[in-house]
Amino acid sequence: MTDNKTIYMDNNATTAVDPEVFEAMRPYFCDLYGNPSSIHTFGGQVMHSINQARTQLADLLGAGHQNDKGEHTEIIFTSCGTESDSAAIWSALQVCPKKHKVVMSKVEHPAVLNLGYELERRGYPVSYVPVDSHGRLDMERLEEMVDDDTAVVSIMWANNETGNVYPVEECAEIAHRYGALFHTDAVQAVGKIPMNLQDSPIDMLSLSGHKLHAPKGIGALYVKRGIRFRPFLVGGHQEKGRRAGTENVPYIIALGKAAEVAGRYLEDENTRVKALRDRLEAGIAARVPKIRINGDLENRLPNTASISFEFIEGESILMLMDRLGICASSGSACTTGSLEPSHVLRAMGLPYTAAHGTIRFSLSRFNTEQEIDFVVESLPPIIERLREISPYWNE
Amino acid sequence: MWDYNNKVMNHFLHPQNVGEVENPDGVGEVGNITCGDALKLTFKLDKNGRISDVKFKTFGCASAIASSSALTEIIKGMTIEEAEKVTNQDIVELLGELPEEKMHCSVMGMEALQAAIADYRGEASPVDVDDDHEGRIVCKCFGVTDNKIRKVALENKLHSCEEITNYCKAGGACGSCLDEIQLILDGLWKDLSKKPEESSGAKLDFMKLPLIQRVIKVQEVIDDEIKPMLEKDGGSIELIDMKENTIYVRLQGRCATCPTANVTLKHVVEDKLREFLFPELVVESIK
Repeated sequence: MTDNKTIYMDNNATTAVDPEVFEAMRPYFCDLYGNPSSIHTFGGQVMHSINQARTQLADLLGAGHQNDKGEHTEIIFTSCGTESDSAAIWSALQVCPKKHKVVMSKVEHPAVLNLGYELERRGYPVSYVPVDSHGRLDMERLEEMVDDDTAVVSIMWANNETGNVYPVEECAEIAHRYGALFHTDAVQAVGKIPMNLQDSPIDMLSLSGHKLHAPKGIGALYVKRGIRFRPFLVGGHQEKGRRAGTENVPYIIALGKAAEVAGRYLEDENTRVKALRDRLEAGIAARVPKIRINGDLENRLPNTASISFEFIEGESILMLMDRLGICASSGSACTTGSLEPSHVLRAMGLPYTAAHGTIRFSLSRFNTEQEIDFVVESLPPIIERLREISPYWNE
Repeated sequence: MWDYNNKVMNHFLHPQNVGEVENPDGVGEVGNITCGDALKLTFKLDKNGRISDVKFKTFGCASAIASSSALTEIIKGMTIEEAEKVTNQDIVELLGELPEEKMHCSVMGMEALQAAIADYRGEASPVDVDDDHEGRIVCKCFGVTDNKIRKVALENKLHSCEEITNYCKAGGACGSCLDEIQLILDGLWKDLSKKPEESSGAKLDFMKLPLIQRVIKVQEVIDDEIKPMLEKDGGSIELIDMKENTIYVRLQGRCATCPTANVTLKHVVEDKLREFLFPELVVESIK
């Protein structure tokens, strides 16, 4: 997948397109380029491929409902996870015009969180559910915040920084008790943990292709059968009038294929990839003093490790790892040009001594044991070197 | 991904003068772990009062470490008086360049140096936020005072909030003080533009114009500003010639025979032309 020099452990940021996925989408550029809405066979045949992709994705999600033509109707293809999030939350506010409130967690991805801030600016009341020091959702506060005026509750299925998995079904039940809809941003969860939406109370779910080895620029929104929906993009009749705009055919095919492959590797993700992650954490913990492993260790994605190295700064760590070809990311401020550590680490109340030096490793099925061992060997000298420069470090 | 140049990367990967000087003559500590970067600078002077040994310890990103390393290289061998004049611009210059968002790293270097010099002299640190009674805290997240914002803005010619955030972090977290920072900046530059040196931009521009343009501008001022005044008294004026910064005119009508014509020439004609065009213009009359 990668050249010798690159050890890619930043899969929560984006993933490599699986060669099998790439092969599946390839014919839809130069050969099968027809418009699926066309009346002629050349274009019309593409619609069958789209619906096949829809079925592949529905299978991964366990979204069972089919119409009398055997088509899965609960999946709407979009351009990305952010579009799906926005479409879901705006739709909920429109189909419940008498309700105004939105409840979300403090640790949502900016795609949801910044929409919350925007809604506030437009006069909607928005409540943000806090988390504890392990990043676990405060379910009591959630229940207090949801009321009869609440139109939608949106809680992420898994957190991108810590990998924490949230009890979304329980959250959905709380929302329903007050007549609110429930949406989940499952961008990090889809393909990493098993799902069975047909037996779950979840009303809407957002996902993104490039987190599961499909290309960037394709996403989907699941809307449970019977849940009313107002389109976010208005125009043509595509996606049964629920998302206008000519279908991004090759990428839809890619997402379908990626979903199928992800389903095949789901077991591998939760056994082998999980073991690699645990090996990485244990290896680092055994060699480097003064570290913290962040998150809810009982309920985490199998691929994510969030590790704080106290008394040093994350960007410096990343830059030195980068010299060795190791790709990871940081919850520190300096990396992005923002000046504060990530909102997730702050919401968890992580001490600043640790927050600034937090590194996220996120694995995929393409990582190997050799890569893990290389990182475990190379990291301790990097940490030691930076701590020697740090005024806060004294042994 | 930051686009650090080779010099920055070199100072980051091979930092010079890491550590702490034993029995230092001056110690400067700035920043703190909450803010995300901190720098401890220690130095020792030799018999001749020159900085013979200087070391740093830095908590921060690659550019913070590179800026600290560069600072120690700059001041080694300097006297206190020379070191005192070192600014963040000198650090940036040695490094070639820093990304705009990272300029605060170079400012931190300068502040650590100033704090260390103050320590050597037995003075209170000029930049210690907790003891800064001289300013009013504007950015609560990073504890930045109005005085510091003005200082950084002046030294680096900053006009926007974004630049202020890049250079001293103020406004970079919750953002609630951004309006106030803009007010401080507006006030600062407005005050300065009233001072004569600020108008030097206009004067330089005027003298750079082609002759014909300069003539047109002089004629405009004469027609719009000077003639109407003279005409009230039954006089007038005509532009004859221009050489370098000297303008030759001919006073007409009553002005031509007025005993105080010279006063008019200097205090009306010359003053107006200087005010509108260029402060070093000289007006001569031709009979």
